[in-house]
Amino acid sequence: MNLEKDEYVIEVNELTKMFGNFTAVDAISFNVKPGEIFGFLGANGAGKTTAMRMLIGLSKPTSGSGTVVGFDVLNQPESIKKNIGYMSQKFSLYNDLTIRENIRFYGGIYGLIKATIKEKTEEILQELDLVSAANKLVSELPLGWKQRLSFAVSMVHDPRIVFLDEPTGGVDPKVRRQFWEMIYEQSQKGRTIFVTTHYMDEAEYCDRVSIMVDGKIDALDTPQNLKNTFGANSMDEVFLKLARKAKNT
Amino acid sequence: MPAISIHSISKSFGEVKALQNISLNIEEGELFGLIGPDGAGKSTLFRILTTLLIPDAGEAFVTGSHSVYDFKEIRKKVGYMPGKFSLYQDLSIEENLTFFATIFGTTIEENYDLIKDIYVQIEPFKKRYAGKLSGGMKQKLALCCALIHKPEVLFLDEPTTGVDAVSRKEFWEMLKKLKSKGITIMVSTPYMDEATLCDRIALIQRGKILTVDSPENLVTNFKKPLYALKSDDFYSLLKYLKTLPSTKSVLPFGEFLHLIRKDETDEKKIEKEILSQSFSGVEVKRISPSVEDIFLDLEEVKV
Repeated sequence: MNLEKDEYVIEVNELTKMFGNFTAVDAISFNVKPGEIFGFLGANGAGKTTAMRMLIGLSKPTSGSGTVVGFDVLNQPESIKKNIGYMSQKFSLYNDLTIRENIRFYGGIYGLIKATIKEKTEEILQELDLVSAANKLVSELPLGWKQRLSFAVSMVHDPRIVFLDEPTGGVDPKVRRQFWEMIYEQSQKGRTIFVTTHYMDEAEYCDRVSIMVDGKIDALDTPQNLKNTFGANSMDEVFLKLARKAKNT
Repeated sequence: MPAISIHSISKSFGEVKALQNISLNIEEGELFGLIGPDGAGKSTLFRILTTLLIPDAGEAFVTGSHSVYDFKEIRKKVGYMPGKFSLYQDLSIEENLTFFATIFGTTIEENYDLIKDIYVQIEPFKKRYAGKLSGGMKQKLALCCALIHKPEVLFLDEPTTGVDAVSRKEFWEMLKKLKSKGITIMVSTPYMDEATLCDRIALIQRGKILTVDSPENLVTNFKKPLYALKSDDFYSLLKYLKTLPSTKSVLPFGEFLHLIRKDETDEKKIEKEILSQSFSGVEVKRISPSVEDIFLDLEEVKV
């Protein structure tokens, strides 16, 4: 973890993405601080996935500027990819490899040396209580465990920030909570968490939440301030008030 | 006669016991919810009831017909929206709907009444390929296709998974309308907050039914002392409460922690206890449970 002196882990200004004449992301600007749990909310079709793809170096912005972990989103997408963690909405560990093999594989992908991979593997197995299951195929794990393992694997190279795309969709309510305890733990260690979810109770667990509507960020604040601003009792109400007026869905 | 009647159904896939001795009756015109997380066995039960799978043991009847022996009868009378989007991606909205109407020997015009409220929302895009639709639009089209032959029973397998909070609310409003037209609906969801919108629900976990009742009864019958708490340092408070011997369980629920204590105590006493640990911004209140509280508690006891 170098670049410690930077004030923001994400800093974007008027970031825009157009597909033909359709503006999927419309000049969004925001900053994310180190160690922050940043909730990235929006209705289906509001532009969340497109915005996130620009932040992780998978899609080139049409206009605007920004940096993620100190690298330029327009010109340094490869450096961004190497220095962030990303857990896709779609399960992306290899079902036909064992737990141990998956960790080793991703360690290799991120260019870690053998000794580090070995050390990291033991650390992850211990933390997730998977030591006795290390040589089992990933396909045999229940969904909740798979998600927790994916999260751990996405941090194998110790990135300053992890992007989590709907990490808890369809997951057991108990495991969903265990997952959030892992998130808290990482945030306390100083790692930044950028997370999307459709569970509004999870929005309450975030330090700050942004809500996208029709390609724009319509609201960005702490859950408490958002509730005060919109005269709402819960984040669910805040979300409904904002998202109901959307036209793109 | 119940619309759906399930007697001691079991089904395994290799060593995985997907369903273990499940029995249930669902009345005509009922909006019945199957509530449980991924892997609970919900889809397996749907596939048995829609005659796509044969159970290892037990029997099921849908509108009086046997799921194995009278499968052709059942197929005519039910609508099924599988969990995975399974319409033809390379046909347009209109073509998909016409296709399903034709398969069932009917036309869009004949049953337009039933789908009108939903169809008008996607009609402006009727020439668009199904593969090019947004999640919310795909879901509406799938529902139209499941309804086009005017089924007596509608099976909806996780229709709202991965769908945003607004579209989810709209979807449940549509279900209420369909119910008012006399259609029996069995719907599954991993979202516990949707449970309260059903007439009755079954909480299901790892192939077993934990309980079956109306959401209201479940809440009334929950007698354990449940408190909602918060403080400025949420995560430390969670860790602290876990260490207390009086704690039965403590779990995060949005902006509050939900604490079930082993004994009933005054809120003020709990507050005092926490304040003595130098927490600030402390709030404690006795609350009645949500369906999610009940699910988590039952899961602890029974599994």
